[in-house]
Amino acid sequence: MALIDTINPLLTTGWSKGDAGWSLKDYEARGGYAQLKRILSSKMSQDEVIAEVKKSALRGRGGAGFPAGLKWSFMPKAAPEKYVVCNTDEGEPGTFKDRDLLRYDPHSTIEGMIIAAYAVGAKRGYNYIHGEIFDIYQRFEEALDQARAAGYLGERILGSDFSFDLFAHHGWGAYICGEETGLLESIEGKKGQPRYKPPFPANFGLYGKPTTINNTETFAAIPFIMGMGGEAYLNLGKPNNGGTKLFSVSGHVNRPGNYEVPMGTPFAKLLEMAGGMRGGRKLKAVIPGGSSAPVLPAEVMMDCTMDYDSIAKAGSMLGSGAVIVMDETVCMVKALERLSYFYFEESCGQCTPCREGSGWLYRVVHRIEHGEGRPEDLDLLNRVTDNMMGKTICALADAAAFPVRSFIKHFKSEFEYHIEHKKCLVSPEVQRAGSGFFKAGAA
Amino acid sequence: MNKQYDMLSPEALGKIDREVAKYPADQKQSAVMAALVIAQDEKGWLPKETIAVVAGYLGMPPMAAYEVASFYNMYDLHPVGKYKLTVCTNLPCALSGGVHAADYVKEKLGIDFNETTPDGKFTLKEGECMGACGDAPVLLVNNKRMCSFMLPEAIDKLLAECK
Repeated sequence: MALIDTINPLLTTGWSKGDAGWSLKDYEARGGYAQLKRILSSKMSQDEVIAEVKKSALRGRGGAGFPAGLKWSFMPKAAPEKYVVCNTDEGEPGTFKDRDLLRYDPHSTIEGMIIAAYAVGAKRGYNYIHGEIFDIYQRFEEALDQARAAGYLGERILGSDFSFDLFAHHGWGAYICGEETGLLESIEGKKGQPRYKPPFPANFGLYGKPTTINNTETFAAIPFIMGMGGEAYLNLGKPNNGGTKLFSVSGHVNRPGNYEVPMGTPFAKLLEMAGGMRGGRKLKAVIPGGSSAPVLPAEVMMDCTMDYDSIAKAGSMLGSGAVIVMDETVCMVKALERLSYFYFEESCGQCTPCREGSGWLYRVVHRIEHGEGRPEDLDLLNRVTDNMMGKTICALADAAAFPVRSFIKHFKSEFEYHIEHKKCLVSPEVQRAGSGFFKAGAA
Repeated sequence: MNKQYDMLSPEALGKIDREVAKYPADQKQSAVMAALVIAQDEKGWLPKETIAVVAGYLGMPPMAAYEVASFYNMYDLHPVGKYKLTVCTNLPCALSGGVHAADYVKEKLGIDFNETTPDGKFTLKEGECMGACGDAPVLLVNNKRMCSFMLPEAIDKLLAECK
């Protein structure tokens, strides 16, 4: 779906022509690669580029929200072989922004990666693209060919001393590869099982070499930051939450899709941009940052603004900016069952608390949903999450635990009703109507 | 050409060579994910012998390639129908009919998840997030073709198209 609505478009500037505006000449026509040219021709220093990104308060758009400029500054200066890697393994349920970024404007990510490579001194880079979006991977390869032919990639870029080449690598169906060290293992041609940290990728990354790894949206923002200056970018958002952000709005809204808004935009405004609630129904709950983020009840969410700090204060995470909207037709037990199945299915099996714990969570939520819950099950679920959180190599165990804890915390009576009455509080007919799959009145 | 690689066509080997060229000369193993996809596209699925051939071509132990083939969900280690349909049933899709879409396909084809129709035409799989939640319900045809907004009429049309 192409662009529907936006406030302060940066990342989505090129989206208005849909599939007809992605190629190199379109990108150049809207000022693309001008920043790379300026950096190279003015011989800007690496430190100057990093300082500009730091000033912008650009925080990692993949989920963790770590300041991008700071991450770049961790790269050792002297190392002879370094890499830049882009994480487009977009598998966090609810998130579909990077797909559209690469579909409608792949060159902004490419230019951002080239500038990053210049700043950290990398000669080679990879973009790891989610296997399920193979047509996007093919388009990205085509965009790389265009950039190479125009002299933006390869040896001595635009006649400078700087050389960098970039390649696309596709995944093939493993959520865990969205974790940065799992992704690096995957590029190395192995199972995508995360590594112990430290050492962090800036010291020991791809092929054991220093590596800067950022999310697609983070790289795509770089040309705009270099163009308007870090301070102007920061001022688009709010302190500590610089710039604009893409929000993927899914679920029970009239117009699901990606919306670019300045950090700090009220949730109510975002909901309005997405066309409001489907069928005019009542908002029940929102997962504001991808399925790993704790769920928030409607009344809490309606008071939030869309930025890292506001959502954190409300007890959840901005994460990847995936806003999953649920209305009153949703059974929260069934919703949680779907999520718990996902984490059980996608645990890489490396750490016992996650491998076993995610199975326990799914089986117990499943039995509650199917009328076989026991009164002690809610305590059991919380105890299992206690044994998972913070006890594993990567954050997948926490990601499996957060939904369970938050669904039970905010919607406990619904779980208790299920256990006591062995059925949903929300009738099956109401649930069935909620999805919009069946035409009104159809059997 | 080494005889043992006859199992894959010259076109497939050429495609694998192009993947290998993306990585440093001493990191051929990095091409294994793409190479297994190329082999799967040619063979329809990935028998152990094919995995071993890919491993040999990339100079890695067969077990290391098998570990990759068995770790990532979209490699088919068993034969599948001519059309493998993978329906996303994760929460964001389910809110917009993902589970209902899967039920509808099951009823139309008379098979459950992980089953193949008796004529060998369709295999149905349950998928996890494909990163297209705004287009729900979504399903993949043979891993590479994504179909969006799969309401009943769209499903009927797709099934009729699959000859």
